[in-house]
Amino acid sequence: MAKALVDLVMRTFPDAVVETHAQHGDETIVVDAARWKDVAVFLKTSPAADMAMLMDLTAVDFPHRSPRFEIVAHLYSLTKGHRLRLKARVGKEDGTGARIATVADLWASANWMEREAWDMFGVVFEGHPDLRRILMYPEFEGHPLRKDYAANHIQPLVEYREDPSVQKVAPFGADEGMSFGRQQFDQRVPADLPDTEVFPAKPN
Amino acid sequence: MGELTGPSTHTAIDVGAGAGFATTKAEALLAWAQKYSLFMYPFVTACCGMEFMAMSSPRYDFSRFGAEAPRFSPRQADLLWVVGTITQRQAPILKRIYEQMAEPKWVLAFGTCASSGGFYDNYTTVAGIDKIIPCHVYVPGCPPRPEAVLDGLMLLMDKIQSGDRRPAIVKPRTDPAKLPTHGLVQLGTKKGSSVA
Repeated sequence: MAKALVDLVMRTFPDAVVETHAQHGDETIVVDAARWKDVAVFLKTSPAADMAMLMDLTAVDFPHRSPRFEIVAHLYSLTKGHRLRLKARVGKEDGTGARIATVADLWASANWMEREAWDMFGVVFEGHPDLRRILMYPEFEGHPLRKDYAANHIQPLVEYREDPSVQKVAPFGADEGMSFGRQQFDQRVPADLPDTEVFPAKPN
Repeated sequence: MGELTGPSTHTAIDVGAGAGFATTKAEALLAWAQKYSLFMYPFVTACCGMEFMAMSSPRYDFSRFGAEAPRFSPRQADLLWVVGTITQRQAPILKRIYEQMAEPKWVLAFGTCASSGGFYDNYTTVAGIDKIIPCHVYVPGCPPRPEAVLDGLMLLMDKIQSGDRRPAIVKPRTDPAKLPTHGLVQLGTKKGSSVA
């Protein structure tokens, strides 16, 4: 259904489209990150596309790829009834340089979604009116959904109590979490973090 | 019910033989009054709140234990119900609410998340409210059955009466490990199947 739309985008931006594919009938276009805004403006304003609704905008982290992050936007046309998934790849393998133009001026719903993508992945949306954390607290350091954010790294706002007089009985032992625990490769802790902020590795 | 060791849980009140008076210790009388007039502050953050509502409504009705009136000012409350997941972002709020409550005060962790963080073993969630504030009764369950919560409330009342401020856990009424099926649910099997 949306194949004609993909062809239209490819005709309009022959140099911007990196690749296209269709997964279970969902047409996908990967565009050059530098042309992200141009393609978005075209999809929003062109009468043939008429993508009035931005259903979702998020990011995906592929830690060993370069560019590392994939920005994904799901678009829907209320009048035509067709959908399109738009992607762009940004960022170096070390996580820096993840910058892309905002589309918050085109779709108001992109405002919070881009804030979430910034909060969770650290992708900077250039031109965003209010790019700050939306889920995590302002004191939080790092971006928790990046694959190199250690799974057991917590940043408490309130200092945890140490009360040796409280004799806890099972099942609340030294390991407060799940007894089956995480895989060993998740136990990595960034080397530059102070010890006090990090859960001790599970004794084996 | 949860484990309760130590002195008797009964209020020692010696009723005078038909003379219309009773003798007791002032502490016991005070504790007796406290345990039947808990003013509660529901700190409801997550899905356990639905179970909390069920428990406070007429079918289970914890007002019959004297825990009738919710007080939405921590100054007036002496029982803090922590109902649901506490995120790192909410931790300062919870700590502040606890500090604003006047002594004597008790804390009840309602559900697995409040007790230990539950399955939220990640950057967002506090692994149990006792990392931040003292906790007196833990009611496990995801969410706990109303009966378990009532067990927890009665356990807390016993602890108030006996002056025991150590933490305790509500245990299941029947130990699943002692059931013939070890607590596992037997799914239906096809007729003639060799697997029993």
